[in-house]
Amino acid sequence: MDLSRFKRVSDYEWRVEPFGKMRVPAIIYASEALMREMDEKVFEQVTNVATLPGIVKAAYAMPDAHWGYGFPIGGVAAFDPERGGVVSAGGVGFDISCGVRTLTTGLTVADVEPVKKQLADLLFARIPAGVGSTGSLHLSMEEMDAMLKGGAQWAVKRGYGTEADLERIEERGSMKGAEPGEVSAQAKKRQKDEVGTLGSGNHYLEVQKVAEIYQPTIAAAYGLKEGDVVVSIHCGSRGLGHQIGTEFLRSMALAAKEYGIDLPDRELACAPINSDIGRRYLGAMRAAINCALANRQVITHLAREAFAELFPGARLELIYDVSHNTCKEEVHEVEGRARRLFVHRKGATRAFGPGRPDLPAVFRDVGQPVLIGGSMGTASYVLAGREESEAHAWGSACHGAGRSMSRVQATKRWSGRQIIDALAARGIEIRSPSLRGVAEEAPEAYKDVSAVVEAADRAGLAHKVAKLVPLVCIKG
Amino acid sequence: MECTDYKRMDENRVKAHWEHFRHGADIGVRGIGPTLEAAFEQAALALTAVVCEPERVRPEQPVEVRCSAPDAEFLLVDWLNAIIYEMATRHMLFSRFSVHITDLTLAATLWGEPVEVARHQPAVEIKGATYTELKVFRAADGAWVAQCVVDV
Repeated sequence: MDLSRFKRVSDYEWRVEPFGKMRVPAIIYASEALMREMDEKVFEQVTNVATLPGIVKAAYAMPDAHWGYGFPIGGVAAFDPERGGVVSAGGVGFDISCGVRTLTTGLTVADVEPVKKQLADLLFARIPAGVGSTGSLHLSMEEMDAMLKGGAQWAVKRGYGTEADLERIEERGSMKGAEPGEVSAQAKKRQKDEVGTLGSGNHYLEVQKVAEIYQPTIAAAYGLKEGDVVVSIHCGSRGLGHQIGTEFLRSMALAAKEYGIDLPDRELACAPINSDIGRRYLGAMRAAINCALANRQVITHLAREAFAELFPGARLELIYDVSHNTCKEEVHEVEGRARRLFVHRKGATRAFGPGRPDLPAVFRDVGQPVLIGGSMGTASYVLAGREESEAHAWGSACHGAGRSMSRVQATKRWSGRQIIDALAARGIEIRSPSLRGVAEEAPEAYKDVSAVVEAADRAGLAHKVAKLVPLVCIKG
Repeated sequence: MECTDYKRMDENRVKAHWEHFRHGADIGVRGIGPTLEAAFEQAALALTAVVCEPERVRPEQPVEVRCSAPDAEFLLVDWLNAIIYEMATRHMLFSRFSVHITDLTLAATLWGEPVEVARHQPAVEIKGATYTELKVFRAADGAWVAQCVVDV
């Protein structure tokens, strides 16, 4: 990216003063090296977001920002409903509430290594993954509505997990304000057989070892120590979220003119928060957040069953569950005054620091865990929100690595078998229904997540707490 | 990646074919043909090719879809999203498409079969067709082009 258009505020903060129709500045948090590699489209997209009505303070982009749809992936923006602020279906994206949860297992690498292959086979057999896969749950429309209203709380009531899990999920496992009645019959039909499925693409379930600890006190509060084995799950709201995204993107793009919104890009489709379509979208989107939370809860249950077979007595306990494609109503201080804002995080994770009242008591002294998923075969990281996160981008941090190579290029360069064998030689067991899928997700087709995490730490967005490396990866 | 259907050539000798184009994390689908309908059919084949090789999919069971839109570009997105919906809810893949468009209303038949993971080796699910790089136009050589990026 051409850096001459930015004012360098610090080594990790780059600012574009408003020009044209921009209402606020645009700010990117990244190292100079990441900025230079960043797609030119990020500049265009983050400055476009800055033109939307009711935007507060600035349009932000995280260190892993890349070309997205309307918003850059890694984009954060808050809107004030009292000042004509909007909610954007494009700003949340298709995979509503896609996110990551990580669980401790109480096991060490020495426990898992001897049975790693069996564990991989068992998890692969138990957890539906890939195109066309269906879960064991087939919901009636009544149950569907209960799931969309209750989220992970619904799943726990049905026997998938425990009350203790709920403390460790954003929104205590259930997003308030969900309106199943605003979710179309088509979206519900698309989800009917998909509860408890991983999906495909970059979604996965990994068994990981804690390879390095950077912040021992915070790591201890999260229950992490070097050599421990953890499980991470990365997936979202499946077909239901995709369909809601599709439908509201269309209706908001067509209705924008009616609301006097001049869209610089149709993909930025949005509507005033205080409008009929805005309210309907919020109700449906929150139902999709619950769908994602329920989905990760059911998959957790399946993982626990698999572990119980090989490790009777092992307890998989949730560290935290974070979503990285959402719009949430939050109270933030702006110029000394508490304001109710609608914060969009598209490919960005909430990173609330110590003291924030919305955090569970267990994280109030250390800040919330921020879970950064790697790509298949590469490291993942646990970060922690810090007090100063709030002053940057409404308490937000990065979410992952982002691709450096297209799917087509990846399949031309590698075969699925080649990658599975190469990773096995490095001690990583991959299981996937599709060899082509594995080739498309080749580790080298992604950017280096370590550089992104380093930049998030240095920029003050979050503390780097622990590094996780995979032992087993179940790919969709 | 490209596939050419030599049976569909008109007087202008525009060969109906499809291709993929690059978009960051995702992929663009482009259908090219002598008519708007042919371009839409080819874009649908390009969509299937994001998931698996279309030649692996037997065109056995027909499924009808209809949609209408305020302009040709919205119609393309609606058409591709209608196929994505049928793929997701029927757990099917499609390899043959017949499209008729009258006054921005599309009526089509898709032919395909249920997903068989071992044989089709489906790589990825498609979440939705997007408005990114969305274009429907007639090129200088008379060929119709219909394209957009799909989110996977």
